[in-house]
Amino acid sequence: MSADTHPAEHSPTPVNPPVDGSELIRFDKVTKRFGDNTVLDRLDFSVDSGKHVTLIGPSGSGKTTILRLLMTLAEPDEGTIRVGGEYLTHEERDGKLVRAGEKHVREVRKNIGMVFQQFNLFPNMKVLRNITEAPVTVLGLSRDEAEQRARDLLELVGLTEHLDKYPTQLSGGQQQRVAIARALAMRPQVLLLDEVTSALDPELVAGVLDVLRDIARTTDITMLCVTHEMNFARDISDQVLMFDSGRVIESGPPEKIFSEPEQARTREFLSAVL
Amino acid sequence: MMTSEFLTTWFLPGVWVTVQVTVYAAALGAAISFGIGLARGSRYWIVRFLAGLYFEVFRGMSALVLMFWMFFALPLFGWQTVPMWAGVSALGLTYGAYGSEIVRGSLAAVTPAQKEAGIALNFTRWQRLRLIELPQAWPDMVPPFNNLLIELLKGTALVSVITVADMTFAGNLLRLGTNETTPVYTLLLVLYFVLAFLITRGMRLLERRAKAGIGQRPAKTPGNTRRPGPRGGSLQAGSQSAGGVG
Amino acid sequence: MSWDWNVVDDFMPRFWDGVLVTLQALAAGTLIAFALGLVWALAQRSTRVWVRWPVVAVTEFIRNTPLLVQLFFLFYVVPNFGPSMSPLATGIVGLGLHYSTYTAEVYRAGIDGVPAGQWEAATALSLPRGRTWRAVILPQAIRRVVPPLGNYVVAMLKDSPMIATIGAFDMLGEAQSFSNETFTTEALTVVGVAFIVIAYPASLLIRALERRLVR
Repeated sequence: MSADTHPAEHSPTPVNPPVDGSELIRFDKVTKRFGDNTVLDRLDFSVDSGKHVTLIGPSGSGKTTILRLLMTLAEPDEGTIRVGGEYLTHEERDGKLVRAGEKHVREVRKNIGMVFQQFNLFPNMKVLRNITEAPVTVLGLSRDEAEQRARDLLELVGLTEHLDKYPTQLSGGQQQRVAIARALAMRPQVLLLDEVTSALDPELVAGVLDVLRDIARTTDITMLCVTHEMNFARDISDQVLMFDSGRVIESGPPEKIFSEPEQARTREFLSAVL
Repeated sequence: MMTSEFLTTWFLPGVWVTVQVTVYAAALGAAISFGIGLARGSRYWIVRFLAGLYFEVFRGMSALVLMFWMFFALPLFGWQTVPMWAGVSALGLTYGAYGSEIVRGSLAAVTPAQKEAGIALNFTRWQRLRLIELPQAWPDMVPPFNNLLIELLKGTALVSVITVADMTFAGNLLRLGTNETTPVYTLLLVLYFVLAFLITRGMRLLERRAKAGIGQRPAKTPGNTRRPGPRGGSLQAGSQSAGGVG
Repeated sequence: MSWDWNVVDDFMPRFWDGVLVTLQALAAGTLIAFALGLVWALAQRSTRVWVRWPVVAVTEFIRNTPLLVQLFFLFYVVPNFGPSMSPLATGIVGLGLHYSTYTAEVYRAGIDGVPAGQWEAATALSLPRGRTWRAVILPQAIRRVVPPLGNYVVAMLKDSPMIATIGAFDMLGEAQSFSNETFTTEALTVVGVAFIVIAYPASLLIRALERRLVR
């Protein structure tokens, strides 16, 4: 894994299928602006398959934008993103990069799942169907297969008895655990976690984090995580990236970042949140 | 006074024709509401433009004038129109334009977060619309559609002007035959009120079911469907409730 | 079937007469609807049940029955025991009465939309009741009320051709009689286009008003 403000040399066409330990996500000089505000500034970074990476930094530093770009909820103004060697929003045609069509985007996007700050469960579907709908309509699983998968996941997140309820009948913590199960039901290679405990009442945070720790320990899914829970970040991360003003200013294993950060800005940030 | 013979030959069939015209025009109107309403949110500008054009033209149109035009002018272009279908089309086309605003507005009111969740699960555009956006927007559509349906019911009286034998037509015939104007038109008004009342009851049931379908309780005060109409709502029904006094 | 511009030329003088009658009906009907609607709205807020209940009943009944039948009622029934009016006058009263039940709802929503805190503040300042209405409530309600009222004026315009059915010579009435005399249909088409030409800019205007007032 490498994360660096100075781009490292990389072969331009990594076509190998992602295997454990190989590079899964790569941002190449990605710039994203909202109006006059440059949120990401020629950002380069990569994440290797199976790793758990946490993005920290002050709010507005572009962490969430990275997840949204990966999920194709926003598009980069410049630069490219690759997942498993495939361009996310672009296609190579006659040696040139052009904007990709819907079909290509969906093919690449299949590898990515996301859990949102506000859960975003579908209020018109009961818990079970929230989890089974996409596997059935998108992946083409049979109802039975999808339901079996959903039941297994509900057991994992500890909500088996709630599968016949509507989301509005659940607490925030329960909803978020359903949302985690829903994302996992698609068997993505990468799970994006966008401040998944920020909208929860304090007493419900632990339950959600426990589920995520469990998943981090027992699966080989790649995790990219934006969080303000520093203890959680320390527990699960292989690598922590410190963001400021749209750039990675420091990166390394959690022990190093949290105990002996090099940058003054990182020290400042950590002393404010810890 | 009204003879029983008149009642059975004209008035009762007239009520039935009114119901028929309402149902057919509502079906056409619903199809147009959803067709145009969805098209107005299309990602292709030409589709959006044409749907918007339809909306502006038919919203600006007087239903009665359109009905007359379809009845008198269209046949001369070689289109033979049965009076009832001229009436049904004119009503369906104009009220469908209002309905498209309800559909467009309710879909636009579904939070972007729901769309994003749909993208994150890799649904196609159409799947998102069918599985997420429409089911969530539907409960919000029911009350304004109730208002619109009552406006449509009232609008069906216009077909009497182009010789369709609905209950207003029967009433006019009776006036010409008997000069008993007071009972005739009073009865007519009461009948329309009763029909409007029945529609409101039915739609309220529908609303309750729609809300239950997304895990919501029905509104705290079930007797109250008063809410602002859709934006720009020249939809005449800022608030309608036939059941308000019942 | 061909389109004959000469027929259109022949119709135009009568078309303009019709436009004048339509606009008269619209203007007078609007005045009645705006004024009477305010009366209904205030009566519906009355604390006396014997005022509130009949007004609610009457306005609900009028709003849920067809304008066309109401026009027949006013034209054929009312003269039996009341004043008999010309077709145009009947049409104006009918339009005004029908739409007053809609404007009443607009006023009601506008008044209810003023936050309760405003009433409480006025009470805390011991403002007299009349002064509270004039200086505090109505100025705030009016911004919410203007755009929907405008929409109802446009709706009234589109319903105004109904007065032709009781013999008024508005745009539709003129077109009908012209068509019957000459066995042509161009006049109807002209009137149809005229409605769109009048109604579209009117709704644009209301939307602009809405953007300006509702914030």
